[in-house]
Amino acid sequence: MFDVNQLREDFPILSRKVNGQPLVYLDNAATSQTPKQVVEVISDYYYRYNANIHRGVHKLSQEATDAYEKARATIQNHFNAAHPHEIIFTAGTTESINCIASGYASLLKKGDELLISALEHHSNIVPWQMLCEKTGALLKVIPMTLEGTLDMNAFELLLNSKTQLVFVNHVSNALGTINPIQEIIDKAHQKGAKVLIDGAQASPHIKADVQALDVDYYVTSAHKLCGPTGVGMLYGKSALLNALPAYQGGGEMIATVTFEKTTYADLPHKFEAGTPNIAGGIAFGAALDYMNGIGIETIARYEAELLAYATTALQRIDGLKIYGEAKEKTAVISFNVGSIHPYDIGSILDQMGIAVRTGHHCAQPIMDFYKIPGTIRASFSFYNTFEEIDRLEAGIRRAVAMLQ
Amino acid sequence: MKTIGTIQEEIVEEFSLFEDWMQRYEYMIDLGKSLPLIAEEYKTDSHIIKGCQSKVWVHAELEEDKLNFTADSDAIITKGIIAILIRAFSNQHPKDILAADTDFIDKIGLKEHLSPTRANGLVSMIKQIKMYAVAFQTQLN
Repeated sequence: MFDVNQLREDFPILSRKVNGQPLVYLDNAATSQTPKQVVEVISDYYYRYNANIHRGVHKLSQEATDAYEKARATIQNHFNAAHPHEIIFTAGTTESINCIASGYASLLKKGDELLISALEHHSNIVPWQMLCEKTGALLKVIPMTLEGTLDMNAFELLLNSKTQLVFVNHVSNALGTINPIQEIIDKAHQKGAKVLIDGAQASPHIKADVQALDVDYYVTSAHKLCGPTGVGMLYGKSALLNALPAYQGGGEMIATVTFEKTTYADLPHKFEAGTPNIAGGIAFGAALDYMNGIGIETIARYEAELLAYATTALQRIDGLKIYGEAKEKTAVISFNVGSIHPYDIGSILDQMGIAVRTGHHCAQPIMDFYKIPGTIRASFSFYNTFEEIDRLEAGIRRAVAMLQ
Repeated sequence: MKTIGTIQEEIVEEFSLFEDWMQRYEYMIDLGKSLPLIAEEYKTDSHIIKGCQSKVWVHAELEEDKLNFTADSDAIITKGIIAILIRAFSNQHPKDILAADTDFIDKIGLKEHLSPTRANGLVSMIKQIKMYAVAFQTQLN
């Protein structure tokens, strides 16, 4: 039985006050809050078994290694990867993407084509631009429609035998649009292209099954789904990851080292140079356990109700325009009111204890497309309530009255 | 003519009269409406202050030995912030602007009530005003 008030007790931060008002946290697409259960896993690690992993002979190292590898197995099961070594721990989505982009630098040649979508976060644009500069490959962009969805006809026209890689986010961070990734993967594969899906915004709401999707690479960050910052994952098919050059050199990722030649360790260690974020990795697993304890589908159902309620509430406000009106979207509302600058409304909401994001959301091309400087983005999580949406609506009304 | 220090004291006193930050924000919005607006021809990239997330343009002109500032922004609260600064520093001699303290900003408590990006923008605005003062002081010498 889903009980939001009981769940909120897992999140001490939700009962704090901001500027004298009870906090209304609606910036979940930027980072989600961390439940006690996950924080306790982190402190337990440091209090009881903090040790370096994979090489110590002693008990603590063994316990830490077991916990870390158990977390890898939890992530593997969650995303239904075929093997645990297909899950690479990284510092987060951005590092995961850079790892792949760096690996492809030696695999691409001049004239190869890369396809990205117009809905991407800067972290899924810039590494590929850098890769194109290095290799002479061409970056092409799948255009978007006014309602904030991908133009799939244009996508098919852009795909051709020169297309080596396609990168699309599962869910747009700025608009909440859920992209038709299955169709994108299938069509790209028909042309022999590989596909990387950025799952950072999808993971808290949608359980991706990487084998069913037949996706080549899937990346996400723990902090979007109730885990800590600074840790994430790169899923890649074994054969592809084996063929990809190592990303960073260092300890942990080697098999043998002599000054003449180093041979690399097998997956996943080949991509995990240096001492990793051990507590973070273990907590990532704990965060998935926490989310799965509630049930991702239960979460998605409740968030859909929040989204419907908030959309209706906000649309009652004169002059409020919502950007991103895809039929399939997560609980994100990106909006502006009249010609009022998003920072102005965001600042006043902050005075009322309401946390939203304002700006271009690291997706400037989308803002350029709509010819706006940015939006206000309210993004909801399973621990938000209908009362909080009422406060958001009232807050926006008050801010608009002050600013007009 | 009032000194920069006197004007700053007045501003600090005005802000202390309000009970909460919502009222101070309302006041800043009002101040923004009285901002001496920059001429459209100066709303160019060379007049944009870097480090602000909303757009802010500032222009300075010397009248006899006094420096006058005009400005604009696409965000209303930002206009209020720049209006406070212009009230403190406009119609003053460049050397006085250069010598002036800016701790009245801390006394108002403005920085801590701005988002980190806006607080950075505020620092950039002060820096720009001081830069204009340096440039015109050199011209006067």
